[in-house]
Amino acid sequence: MSPAALEVRNLSVTIGQARIVRDVSWSVAKGETLGIVGESGSGKSISVLSAAGLGPASARIDGTVALTIDGREQDLLSMPGSQLRRIRGRRLGFVFQDPGTSLNPMLTIGRQLTEGPEVHLGMSRTQSRKRALELLELVGIPDPERRLKSYPHELSGGMRQRIMIAVALACDPEVLIADEATTALDVTTQAQILDAIRDLQNRLGTATVWISHDLAVVGGIADEVVVMYGGEVLERAETVELFRSTQHPYTRGLFESRPHLGERVDQLTSIPGAPPDPRATPPGCVFWERCQVRGDKRCRTDHPELVETSPGHWVRSFYTMSGADPHQDTASTVRPLPWKEHR
Amino acid sequence: MRYVLNRVLQSVVVLFGVTVVVFLIVQLVPGDPIRIGMGTRFDPEVYEALRRASGLDRPPLEQYLSYVGRALTGDLGVSFRSGQPVSHLIVARLPATVSLAVVGIVIALLVSFPLGILSAVRNGSVLDSVVRAASQLGVSLPNFWLGMLLILLFSSTLGWLPPSGYTPLTEDPVEWLRRVIMPGITVGVVAGSILTRYVRSSVLETLSMDHVRTARSKGLPGRIILLRHVVRNALVPVITVTGTQIAAILGGVIVVEVVFAWPGLGLLVYDAVRARDFPLLQGAVLLIAVVFLIVNLLVDLLYAKVDPRIELGGGDG
Amino acid sequence: MSERARNVGGVTEPDLDGRRSDHEVDDHDIVIKEGPRGWRRTVLEVVRRPVAVASLLILVVVVVMAIFGQWLTPYGINEVNISRRLEGPSAQHWFGTDELGRDILTRVIASASVSVRVSVIAVAIALVVGVSLGLFAGFFGGWLDSVIMRSQDVMFAFPEILLALAIVAILGPGVTTATIAIGIVYIQVFARVTRASALSVRTETYVRASKSLGAGPLRQMFSHVLPNISAPIIVQTSLSLAFAVLSEAGLSFLGLGVQPPEPSWGRMLFDSRAFFQDAWWLSVFPGLAVFVTVLACNLLGDVLRDVLDVRGAATTRGGGVR
Repeated sequence: MSPAALEVRNLSVTIGQARIVRDVSWSVAKGETLGIVGESGSGKSISVLSAAGLGPASARIDGTVALTIDGREQDLLSMPGSQLRRIRGRRLGFVFQDPGTSLNPMLTIGRQLTEGPEVHLGMSRTQSRKRALELLELVGIPDPERRLKSYPHELSGGMRQRIMIAVALACDPEVLIADEATTALDVTTQAQILDAIRDLQNRLGTATVWISHDLAVVGGIADEVVVMYGGEVLERAETVELFRSTQHPYTRGLFESRPHLGERVDQLTSIPGAPPDPRATPPGCVFWERCQVRGDKRCRTDHPELVETSPGHWVRSFYTMSGADPHQDTASTVRPLPWKEHR
Repeated sequence: MRYVLNRVLQSVVVLFGVTVVVFLIVQLVPGDPIRIGMGTRFDPEVYEALRRASGLDRPPLEQYLSYVGRALTGDLGVSFRSGQPVSHLIVARLPATVSLAVVGIVIALLVSFPLGILSAVRNGSVLDSVVRAASQLGVSLPNFWLGMLLILLFSSTLGWLPPSGYTPLTEDPVEWLRRVIMPGITVGVVAGSILTRYVRSSVLETLSMDHVRTARSKGLPGRIILLRHVVRNALVPVITVTGTQIAAILGGVIVVEVVFAWPGLGLLVYDAVRARDFPLLQGAVLLIAVVFLIVNLLVDLLYAKVDPRIELGGGDG
Repeated sequence: MSERARNVGGVTEPDLDGRRSDHEVDDHDIVIKEGPRGWRRTVLEVVRRPVAVASLLILVVVVVMAIFGQWLTPYGINEVNISRRLEGPSAQHWFGTDELGRDILTRVIASASVSVRVSVIAVAIALVVGVSLGLFAGFFGGWLDSVIMRSQDVMFAFPEILLALAIVAILGPGVTTATIAIGIVYIQVFARVTRASALSVRTETYVRASKSLGAGPLRQMFSHVLPNISAPIIVQTSLSLAFAVLSEAGLSFLGLGVQPPEPSWGRMLFDSRAFFQDAWWLSVFPGLAVFVTVLACNLLGDVLRDVLDVRGAATTRGGGVR
């Protein structure tokens, strides 16, 4: 595995009494894509945004966020705000969920594309304009000359999101962070955007962090997946491994919730309940309340650590859905039963 | 173009309505308007002359048409009280009112925009609290009382400024300023307070918008974000409010002119109402309403020009 | 093929990205949302804020002065005492005396009555007519809407005070005229607010449901739409009361509102014009009374707006007839 472009170590985000993100660690390397999957409230977005200084001002952030630039590692959390600002946009590019509102409706596309290079790369207006045209071609926007003078409301959702991607890549950042970037798009456009991102990544070698609630999307684009729930990382593995051998009951639940095309179901299943209140986190496993397996008596009272059950596959649980208790080497509670059987 | 045409058409329709309302002023008077207007200076001959001149014996529709027709040529009738042409009386008073209104508007804008923006950007700070409190006070303040207080302070107590009277700008700028400053502040404070609150709330709302988050994610310096992404977007909805505040100023001018004995259109209207001199009142009201209509139209057009989402071209995006 | 979400143990289930709980920490904005508000909750929320409590107290004092004024005053309202004219504040006359030797404190207290009366009646007129117009316009839409809104536009083309002055010119000065004038001027604000709310609520399910149950348009409007848009109307009422007081004071200040011998704050300011530069108490106290009353109404309106979560209930554009 190549050295990490961005590595998060033991990240915690607390707002007042609420511990929104707890001890989260992951990394993404150059040219690779990390997918972060979780429901609303899992802390998946906040963890990344806070790391870059885009979180709420009152948030307290602990841990290390190491960005490697030209071989040198820098901790984003320990640098002054002004320095962090210079890194944003230049080394980190962001794509957000709703391109309709994420672009400034009063400015032309061209202006929004040239802003970044002018500020971070010191380009002149002519130079940045050239760069803008390059970017539009890069993301596959037809007739780029005309588009420079267009306003966001004149474009379709798919095109707007492509522009957002172009904006994010304007200064050739080391890491691209996409937060629910395709959630607001229809399925066809979604597929197009995903293709575009994959293509761009191949060409530019940008490390990508893809945040989504949609396992299918993440599966299609990520090399490695991190599953978050209630502010914690519950499972982490390379994508193929995760899909092949899902070990945490929550991840299993995510898989089971997805209807498969062509399959008739009598009922749509989903995981009943809601994430715990971050102001009062339970003493045991954070998923215990909604867990329909509860395969170990320690689940309720003790907080499980992240354990590597096989190379590169980490699970935070006292048992796994495929067999052994990862906290001990002996196989204890074995509950390999499919989800549906629990009522 | 379609938007512009629509807007102009709308203004014309409203203008028509305005003329009807103005015209109705005389028609709705219980009793004989001319007699009432002449008051104690009743003279049978003058009465007859006025009656024939004002055409009040003709059917209403004919009166209306002739009124509008004459108005278009600048003939607004003859004052019941003084017998002088209304248009002359109005024009004589215009410069004073224009001075006052402009000073009031400038003060209102100069105060509200910076304070509103700063207050929103530093939401929750001491400055914010002070601005919010001050604007709340300003909105509740009776402007005639404020005028009197200013006179008490700066004329009676400190003796710095004259309490009344007008000097044209062209005659003596310094004296003009000394006289216009207190009434100008009085006029501007109320409108300024209302505007400050609108500016503040608009900027606050804009600050939480997604495109500002995008701008931050691009690592743009705070100043650029503020100017190019926040203020520019936030001020657009404020433009329309500014238009209505100009109406407020036009209205406020009337009372302020009374307080400061400022020889302008407002004082003229006031005298006309007290004397129930209807043609004079009609003329002045018509003029003020027309000015307001034009201002509003311009403001709306400006808004359309500034906001690219409004299709001036008339096509679909 | 039925799509029945599974429900376990009475807990409503969200879809994977959904949120149904009262306590939620959303990834994209950290806001702990709470449930809907009832009347009791609203009152509690209002009373929680010191600003609201202070405003309410002031308004209670004003209303008490308005109703019981004549028994609360130290002197008679028109008790003339030339030997003590234009005296500054003292132990016997807390607010001093005017040019006829009348006690100003007495007159200030007594004036509350007419202010309260005029503003309440004027706002009542504006409310009844304006809300009805707004409901009809918003509910039926079409040409009725256009006609009503166009006529409001025409009214809007005049600065408020000008309209009021015109009405006073037609009908002659006096309390009744002033009340009617102020009422007419504020119709359009209520119409606008009501119409906007009605438009947004018109397509709600409960309205359509009532229609399918046979409710005629009037019943739909008044029994179903109106209660649900009451929040912005309430806020607007509070704000309009403030400006009605201001407007009455303004018209009286111009000598066109309340006529003597009835006392009024605005009228007191009018009477003081010849003397106030040498006798500051003549103008400061009556004006202060107006200011404080209006401020209290405005502050209360703001608190109500916050608590009821109303957006866009505008302060009347001119800030009253002044």
